Amino acid sequence: MAADPKAATAYEEGLKGASEKVAEFQHDTDALKRLQHWLHQTPSAVPLIVLVAALIVFGFAADNFFKPGTLSTILQQIAIVGILGCAQTLVVLTAGIDLSVGAIAVFCSVIMGFVGITGVAIGTPDWFGPLAFSFTFHLPPALAVVFGLLCGLAMGALNGWLVARMKLPPFIVTLGTWQILLAANFIFSANETIRSSDVEAKAPILRFWGNDLTFFGQPRAAEGVDQKTVETVMVAINGQPGTGVKVLFAVFLMIAMVAALAYVLRSTAWGRHVYATGDDPEAAALAGVPTKRVLIQVYALAGLFCAVAGWVMIGRFGSVSPTASTGQLGNIQSITAVVIGGISLFGGRGSIAGMFFGALIVGVFEMGLRLVGTDPQWTFFLIGVLIIFAVAVDQWIRKVSA
Amino acid sequence: MSEPILKGRGLVKRYGRVTALDRCDFDLMPGEILAVIGDNGAGKSSLIKAISGAIIPDEGEITLEGRPIAFRSPIEARAAGIETVYQTLAMSPALSIADNMFMGRELRKPGLMGQLFRQLDRPRMERFAREKLNELGLMTIQNINQPVETLSGGQRQGVAVARAAAFGSKVVILDEPTAALGVKESRKVLELIRDVRDRGIPIILISHNMPHVFEIADRIHIHRLGRRLCVIRPQDYTMSDAVAFMTGAKLPEGVSEAA
Repeated sequence: MAADPKAATAYEEGLKGASEKVAEFQHDTDALKRLQHWLHQTPSAVPLIVLVAALIVFGFAADNFFKPGTLSTILQQIAIVGILGCAQTLVVLTAGIDLSVGAIAVFCSVIMGFVGITGVAIGTPDWFGPLAFSFTFHLPPALAVVFGLLCGLAMGALNGWLVARMKLPPFIVTLGTWQILLAANFIFSANETIRSSDVEAKAPILRFWGNDLTFFGQPRAAEGVDQKTVETVMVAINGQPGTGVKVLFAVFLMIAMVAALAYVLRSTAWGRHVYATGDDPEAAALAGVPTKRVLIQVYALAGLFCAVAGWVMIGRFGSVSPTASTGQLGNIQSITAVVIGGISLFGGRGSIAGMFFGALIVGVFEMGLRLVGTDPQWTFFLIGVLIIFAVAVDQWIRKVSA
Repeated sequence: MSEPILKGRGLVKRYGRVTALDRCDFDLMPGEILAVIGDNGAGKSSLIKAISGAIIPDEGEITLEGRPIAFRSPIEARAAGIETVYQTLAMSPALSIADNMFMGRELRKPGLMGQLFRQLDRPRMERFAREKLNELGLMTIQNINQPVETLSGGQRQGVAVARAAAFGSKVVILDEPTAALGVKESRKVLELIRDVRDRGIPIILISHNMPHVFEIADRIHIHRLGRRLCVIRPQDYTMSDAVAFMTGAKLPEGVSEAA
């Protein structure tokens, strides 16, 4: 009954003479294809190009644009969105979305403020009888900051647990926690603001990130030069006479966070696992990535970053306010930065540098259009156009394999 | 013949009232390609999953090189040297070939950079990946950092097999490796499977493609009704015999259908 094993492959005789090449890697010569491949590998290139173009356009359109003062103001204004964007980037890379970033930031800033400055009254209702107790929860300001950061970590971990373990969609989970945390924030603070002067007097550490480094100090006229001339020079380079360029600590913090995350995402195993989890969770799990643990870690870390943003908010605004607009707008602003930055909402693609460029683009548009003197609504108009453009480019890049 | 490297005895797996594995036996000899064939629903997948740690059998014993093993997850099976190439390949399309080969077992730089900053040792991983692909005569890769999604189906399968061969020190399991491939690409993958076997790693091949099974398998395990019906050598039988055995149209000599 023996069968000739050769017979099994007889139907492949037709292959003779056909090209033997199966698994070779060809390089496309088509310029557009090459561009697509290049963008596929460097997804932050698109926002960088847009950013440079915007800088050139506004540099010509507005006289005062290329002043160190203007540029440092732009950085200052995107500091909070940039830090929230770091949190959002991590979550979006796992194909999730975090609508609660702003709420966590505001709630954590309020927790830091109340625990560190006024103290929080904790007590049982009267009907507890002999078991009733009450005390004021008050921590030294430095510990209050740590406590606030831990609260942010816990809020993020709750999001992560609901997404990874309860398998609920991230959009729904964070839509819920956004409302819950924002409401809890109002209830907890009784809608009261801690005034700037109180923060300054009782807990200067809460305003730490609002400190600044001043470059080019106060210039003094050299011998034989008239002070007027110096001021004229300063106006020319800085847009105003005599003042140096102030750069908030918050700006350095944001840049340091972006740099650190860029390193972690690109050069550590955990970073690769974040990408793999977002790209194809089942494949990642089969390949040995603990995807659930990665998800919980990502959301928890995002919560911690939001708490850092909350701390920075106190420095930026001076006061501690439960009604800060970040609570409502932080999520949309951070998602905008992430999307314009070329990070795919479908997960697994994009880089943190792109998010940084995205945040800068928004800042440059806002400042540039204000300096040009147009209706500020043009900012939102153009940012809307950019969002759609960015997602269209993302879709095009994803087709690279086709 | 020598002792089997991987041995299963009396494996039982029930899903509710369905018995997927019914006191099933299994033997894989060192250095062989063992094909597992069977009709749909015969319990092939359950058998393979039990060996690769994806399911835990209710009863029975599995031994690897004579030592009893009880995997609770595919990760544990992998740590023991049993690598599986899934039909879905389990690769992250947006990540590079090197990233994918080392997913879940990345190499870190020696010294402070690796221990404190946990930095990946990319040059070493890339060199290893390139070596393994070349070793299997797989391809003239120009860019090991190319994302997997830019590869063709055959190339992806090649990378997945190379990954399994590179890390599967004891056993490599291939689930329908040629199902999604064209004629030419299938040929390449079959050659690849032989290369892996020639390097001394035994292979379990699950396939519905009879010509491929008869061409490369050393022995064929025919699975029927949740258990091993028989093991045949491809030289002794024809493809239609094998199909008849696995569908129950005919019984091999000396075997009676289980009651």
